Amino acid sequence: MSKNLKPKSQLRVLLAQTFKERLAKIGGVIVFAILALVLFGPFFAPYAFDEFIDMPNAPRSSTLLLGADDLGRDVFSRFLNGGRSIIGLSFISTVLGVGLGLLIGLFAASAKQRTDSLIMRFNDILLAFPQIVFVLLVVSGFGSSIFLIALAVGFTHAPRTARIIRAAAAEVMERDFIKAAIAVGEKRHRIILSELLPNVTSPLLVEFGLRMTYSIGLVAAVSFLGLGLQPPAADWGLMINENRGAVTVQPWGVLTPIAAIALFTIGVNFITDSFAKVAIGIDRKGKE
Amino acid sequence: MNKVREFFNQGGLLLFVLGRIIAGIPIVLALSVLVFLATQALPGDAAVAYLTNTATPERLEAIREQLHLNDPIWQQYTRWAWDALHLDFGMTLTGESTVNELLSERIKNTLILMATSGIVAMPLSILIGVIAAVRRGKAFDNISSVITLIFAAIPEFVVAIIIIFVLATNVFQIFPAISFLDPGTLAWSEPMSLVLPTLTLVLAVTPYVSRIMRGSMIEVMESEYIQMARLKGLSERTVILRHALPNAIAPTIQVIALQLAWLAGGVVVVEAVFAYPGIGTIMIESVKGQDLPVVQAITLMIATLYVTLNILADIGTILTTPRLRTKYARKNDNSDVFAAMGGDE
Repeated sequence: MSKNLKPKSQLRVLLAQTFKERLAKIGGVIVFAILALVLFGPFFAPYAFDEFIDMPNAPRSSTLLLGADDLGRDVFSRFLNGGRSIIGLSFISTVLGVGLGLLIGLFAASAKQRTDSLIMRFNDILLAFPQIVFVLLVVSGFGSSIFLIALAVGFTHAPRTARIIRAAAAEVMERDFIKAAIAVGEKRHRIILSELLPNVTSPLLVEFGLRMTYSIGLVAAVSFLGLGLQPPAADWGLMINENRGAVTVQPWGVLTPIAAIALFTIGVNFITDSFAKVAIGIDRKGKE
Repeated sequence: MNKVREFFNQGGLLLFVLGRIIAGIPIVLALSVLVFLATQALPGDAAVAYLTNTATPERLEAIREQLHLNDPIWQQYTRWAWDALHLDFGMTLTGESTVNELLSERIKNTLILMATSGIVAMPLSILIGVIAAVRRGKAFDNISSVITLIFAAIPEFVVAIIIIFVLATNVFQIFPAISFLDPGTLAWSEPMSLVLPTLTLVLAVTPYVSRIMRGSMIEVMESEYIQMARLKGLSERTVILRHALPNAIAPTIQVIALQLAWLAGGVVVVEAVFAYPGIGTIMIESVKGQDLPVVQAITLMIATLYVTLNILADIGTILTTPRLRTKYARKNDNSDVFAAMGGDE
């Protein structure tokens, strides 16, 4: 049976085609560079991220590549250390949220119509909370901890992913091989895992890329608002908040994290969009 | 307009609209339960937060009694929901004012910001989408495609900071970086304070609508009736404006509504960046101060606004799509429209 082989090779072909697109190449280079910076950057930091080494907002000098921040710590060292939390938390929340949404979407699509519409109605209710509002609601109710924030961000992704996956899976459910599988008496979980799942990988990957950019925006915003990582942690979102007041004197404490966040999200979006064009052939709809 | 009335007269459509509105009621009810529960799990105690440092066991007990915190949770919920239904959200946790007093001016400011953003963004996105579609594959299309992709990616608070950097502090100093507004004044009395927050939100929603508009317009331009209009010898301008544009907008309405609804959440962080005196700024302050009555009220308002906009979008789509219009004028069944409308956003 080709069913185990075909989707995989198809995906490989799609990815190869994606990276033939110019934007995807640019995006790939950007994402690769930022990931390398996030992973290996801390080893090259000249100072500790919480070490006071100069006057607050000291300008650039031969020893301080990007000057000092609002409390006199090395901006460059804090920048090198500040990506792990945001990228890591975003990745975790994206995996959790898209994973949960995938399960709900596949379950709903393969369920009886009544169960399906019950799940999706409940899903619609969750969709009424804008993501940042829901995250803030949770933070106000449970207090702010970074893992709670990762969970909350992931949780807000789930109903949005579920809707996309359900729509894609519902189309697959109409196809003959599913009907054949049901007729043969295959178990529900077998149908979900080995028939449905391989046939929704393209929308799933698009969803993952999209949700990753939103995760970064949400996680960074929560830190920026002072509700995420707490000082003296080095975190790009927090850095922007801390150094915003002195941006006219010492712009680097704001500019470097801003540039890194912007470039990373742009890179991810370039790849996602190219893949969506190659694999699905349509533009995505609005953000939620 | 006559056509619209005609369909309402046929009854089916009116039933659909009514059905859609009634279907919104249990959703809002469920939202209120969720909002209430999400804020009840707090390990701390509202009475402690209320009294902060002055808490003694006796006073705590008195406050718990006063705030009905000893009642079973469902009683607390029904009391809260019943009051909320009458638009009464009680006192803020600081006890200095009612939630309504605190929010009334700020709601107006937020609605002003959402309205100016929507009014600028929607025609702009439609214009960009139409030009990109008409000049498909040419320079404008390619450049706008990359730019919209970039602005779709960058988180809006990052866009806000970049805008402040360029237009308010470091490069140019044209607009104020912070919205200075006297308490009690509305935002349009200080139009300068609206410019940068509006610009941020416009940059956040325009990419999505313009891309959908472009796709929809391309589809319409390739249709037979547009070819027909061209063969009749109509000018390209008439073909685009009179024949293609109205038909291309209909499928975009859902996305427009989705983006307007998104604005309700998007304003929160953007307001906070600019210290704009709307419900977003106060929400952040209330989250920090764990002022639950305020957080509950704002969350419920935003979620209800979202549901309302979605209902309006469904109705708008039906009214602007002849095929659906006749379908629902003819038969009074709207169960599957509910699914069809919501299912593929």
